[in-house]
Amino acid sequence: LHCCPLGLLALLLLTLGFSRGLQPGPRDDYEESAETERVFAASKYGSLWPLPQKVKISDVSFKLTGVTFRITDAKGSSSGASCSLLQNAYRRYYEYIFGGSRVQHGAEGRRAGPSVLTELQVLIVSADSECERFPAVTSDESYELTVDQPYAVLKAPKVWGALRGLETFSQLVYEDEYGAKSINSTTISDFPRFAHRGILLDTSRHFLPIKVILANLEAMAMNKFNVFHWHIVDDQSFPYMSRTFPHISQQGAYHPYTHVYTPADVKMVIEFGRLRGIRVVPEFDTPGHTQSWGKGQKDLLTPCYSGDKPSGSFGPVNPILNTTYDFMSKFFKEISGVFPDAYVHLGGDEVDFNCWKSNPDIQKFMEQQGFGQDFSKLESFYIQKLLDIVATTQKGYMIWQEVFDNGVKLKPDTVVHVWIGGGANEEMGKVTAAGYTTILSAPWYLDYISYAQDWQKYYKVEPLNFKGTEAQKKLVIGGEACLWGEYVDATNLTPRLWPRASAVGERLWSAVDVTDINDAFSRLSVHRCRMVERGIPAEPLFSSYCPREYKGI
Amino acid sequence: MEAARCVTFGQYLRPHFYLLLLIFLRNGPHTVEGVWPLPQTFTSSIERSPLSPEAFYFEYGSQSAAQQGCSVLDAAFTRYFPLIFPDYTGNGVLRFYADKPFRLVITVDRDDCESYPNEDSSERYNLSVSARQASLNAETVWGALRGLETFSQLVYQDDFGSYFVNKTEIVDFPRFQFRGILLDTSRHYLPVKTILQTLDAMAYSKFNVFHWHIVDDPSFPYQSRTYPDLSSKGAFHPMTHIYTQSDVRRVISHARLWGIRVLPEFDSPGHTASWGKGQSDLLTPCYRGSSLSGTFGPVNPVLPSTYQFMARLFKEVSSVFPDSHIHLGGDEVNFSCWSSNPDIRAFMKKMGFGVDFTKLEAFYMENIVNITSALNKTAIVWQDVFDYHELRSSLSVVEVWKGGCYLCEVRRVAKAGLRVILASPWYLDQPGPTHNWARFYTVWPLAFKGTEEQKKLVIGGEVCMWGEYVDATNLTPRLWPRASAAAERLWSDEKQTSSADKAFPRFQDLRCKLVRRGIRAEPLYVGHCKHEYQGV
Repeated sequence: LHCCPLGLLALLLLTLGFSRGLQPGPRDDYEESAETERVFAASKYGSLWPLPQKVKISDVSFKLTGVTFRITDAKGSSSGASCSLLQNAYRRYYEYIFGGSRVQHGAEGRRAGPSVLTELQVLIVSADSECERFPAVTSDESYELTVDQPYAVLKAPKVWGALRGLETFSQLVYEDEYGAKSINSTTISDFPRFAHRGILLDTSRHFLPIKVILANLEAMAMNKFNVFHWHIVDDQSFPYMSRTFPHISQQGAYHPYTHVYTPADVKMVIEFGRLRGIRVVPEFDTPGHTQSWGKGQKDLLTPCYSGDKPSGSFGPVNPILNTTYDFMSKFFKEISGVFPDAYVHLGGDEVDFNCWKSNPDIQKFMEQQGFGQDFSKLESFYIQKLLDIVATTQKGYMIWQEVFDNGVKLKPDTVVHVWIGGGANEEMGKVTAAGYTTILSAPWYLDYISYAQDWQKYYKVEPLNFKGTEAQKKLVIGGEACLWGEYVDATNLTPRLWPRASAVGERLWSAVDVTDINDAFSRLSVHRCRMVERGIPAEPLFSSYCPREYKGI
Repeated sequence: MEAARCVTFGQYLRPHFYLLLLIFLRNGPHTVEGVWPLPQTFTSSIERSPLSPEAFYFEYGSQSAAQQGCSVLDAAFTRYFPLIFPDYTGNGVLRFYADKPFRLVITVDRDDCESYPNEDSSERYNLSVSARQASLNAETVWGALRGLETFSQLVYQDDFGSYFVNKTEIVDFPRFQFRGILLDTSRHYLPVKTILQTLDAMAYSKFNVFHWHIVDDPSFPYQSRTYPDLSSKGAFHPMTHIYTQSDVRRVISHARLWGIRVLPEFDSPGHTASWGKGQSDLLTPCYRGSSLSGTFGPVNPVLPSTYQFMARLFKEVSSVFPDSHIHLGGDEVNFSCWSSNPDIRAFMKKMGFGVDFTKLEAFYMENIVNITSALNKTAIVWQDVFDYHELRSSLSVVEVWKGGCYLCEVRRVAKAGLRVILASPWYLDQPGPTHNWARFYTVWPLAFKGTEEQKKLVIGGEVCMWGEYVDATNLTPRLWPRASAAAERLWSDEKQTSSADKAFPRFQDLRCKLVRRGIRAEPLYVGHCKHEYQGV
């Protein structure tokens, strides 16, 4: 029996172009949606997502059974039984591959035949596997995967590449028509196009229980994302429980006990991310977006005036008081200890100048400094001092694009985060021309939703589609999909994020010429069902079904 | 009642007394966030009664026609107890109120405990909450169910977790008798569990019709006794993606216990591609030029075998679904295949239809309506059928779904003397940012020129959740709480509920109540619920 390498796909009748049900408005494309059933073609790449850089899949297939199959450390690997990161990953992927079908009757006594693949050997070739380290923007995520007899080999310089390769291996496994796990003889050589592939979650507009964050780290690993940008605090609430300033979350969280992240919670998220090769970059956005900070930290925010009296409301962080900078020093000292990543995101976006304008002390200070009426100079003044403070903690920083636009002097290794839609290409050109590294989010604000298949819109973005030299383009280290939290909490986050973010995942990982939208649809449809099977409620792309539907409610 | 409560506490927990009093002074009495959908008349005072799960009883009134053993109400008591006392674990040790129980006394005029809710069922109820007693009076058990829901929404907890209910008088009844939600189980299969949970959530917003758009082009998950091939060949998967007869019965009986009708839709002659897989010769073979193209169009309306098949299928469906109504669809029929087929063209000529294929569709629908009325079912059809039909006497209920001036269509249908269900403004499958909920709230179904008689013909409305982009992963947050906005429009008095801004705090409160009850209702805007959703 010649086994179809795309068995999983064959189970799926992806029917595109059915009549569209009852949609109000003009009854478009009747001819196009004639009631002929187009069976969507299976991709020759099966369900690989994101598509590896080089893939060769042959027709020769092997069976795998949960009884005989093992993932092991190869002889000569610099990583061994003591590397719990990989040992954990072996178990995780074994469970993903075999799911509940681990116990197979009658398989126990059977010897592995020639067409059975019994082993995946993982070989870390570099002397330092980096098993005990944290992933970084410079981490090597490349790997080579050979699926063949007598065993499959996954070769990677570091554990990070091995994690990516394990995901790829698991995506090569499919079920034949008898439900047997199968894999085709395959060679893959893979590495990411961009080093920074992030997802932003916002835990201030709505609190996200730890469980939801962890589930999304799982989903990120399934899509080879490697940065969790944790927009942890904002105007609405301050759920981060600070050891140095515990009263900020006591007063500024939605609830001081049920809606906070304790130090242990944060540690858990960081370690959970590390085990999946995901960096956790915290964002503590100032001087704007800080209303919740002010509840527990007196004199931090600028008192606004109406006429010559304080109005009782507060504006951005008060940039003219020494106490502000004392506070920030202590605060970011703590942050740099809690979050191991080399970068911290300092925000700096959307500062509203009205309150500063109203405050007589600020006005006086402006005069003293010779800023005139240019409040962006005051903002720069603040940011400058903040950057100096953060620099003493040995951290690099990321900032939203306004900080760059306002001409703040930045360290050369600053990462500028481009987010404003319309003109994002020009901005990328400007930022890189100034010699700064940059990441792109403008086209990937996933909190905006529209009818039908908007993943295609995200998929079609080309991050380097701006005017600039080769050297400039090298400064683009990646991008992030942002899911802001105004309308999102644990009830709807996961299906809103996945598989829409998967489109961004492939754009940031795969080669520049991977742009075939039909092929992507075919692979992504199966990939989304795989996420569902792994317990992630990823929403559907279009009318169709998954062999195993989401079992939650 | 606050004083009485303090005394009670004071006897047992003296130190606590001051603390409670302090809280009381600081926060003032909890203001009840309210009931959704808003009852027709509602007066409540700040006087409140403490409630204890250890000393709370549902009781049948002595004058009640229904007594213990009434399946609908007995089941409702079991369901509502944990909804009223969400923290109750059953192992409480303190029994302060054991000697002062709170009784909710239910009295209904009719013993319709074993029947199904129908289009005439009264849902009216009176609820009067006073010290240690509440009385709930209704004509039918269905009205009592609505009143129980209201009572459960009146109970609240203070910061210590103690339960209270304020003194309240409510007289309530629905503005429209038909308040539906359409789920589409053809574009994506919805597991039975998902459907049952949706029924629960429907009851929380006093919806009373589950419109089950059970089959369509992409798949035929209904397992027919008479024609098992329809699902074995037309479902996405013949074993895992079907609704067996017992699944269907389970849905119907679950719905009944919530006072919800199950209205099945078997849409034809269009939207039937999946039917053709298991029933040969049912669909029209399309032609390219003078030869068969190999594709199929709508149901073939010129063959007698078609009507024999439909008669047998609808006979089965009529017996499986107890509701007096059946939805026959009739929307979006594509005429290009019919016009390509020489047999159809010959038939058109014979019938004198010329080239007007709407006449052919009307002819087909006429036959189907006759089949179902012979089975004593009242047919509901999508507006297309009304638009195409010159002879409208055979029609009864028309569902308006197209956008644009939908009230113009409502008016036309009402003017023709037919009953109307309005769906156009409530297509919730279009996601849109959540704050758009007001779009579904500020809908005025009767704002058309017409006589009182004509307006009475508007029997209600329906929220539609088409399934192209929706399955079990995202159905619930996409449906709730936005559907509840439509629910209030269909239940409550329009004058009292004309402002979305005014409704907003009450709506936010509802969404947190839904989350507390395990419904993944999405947020309306920034903020938090005391008890967040704990799943993934």
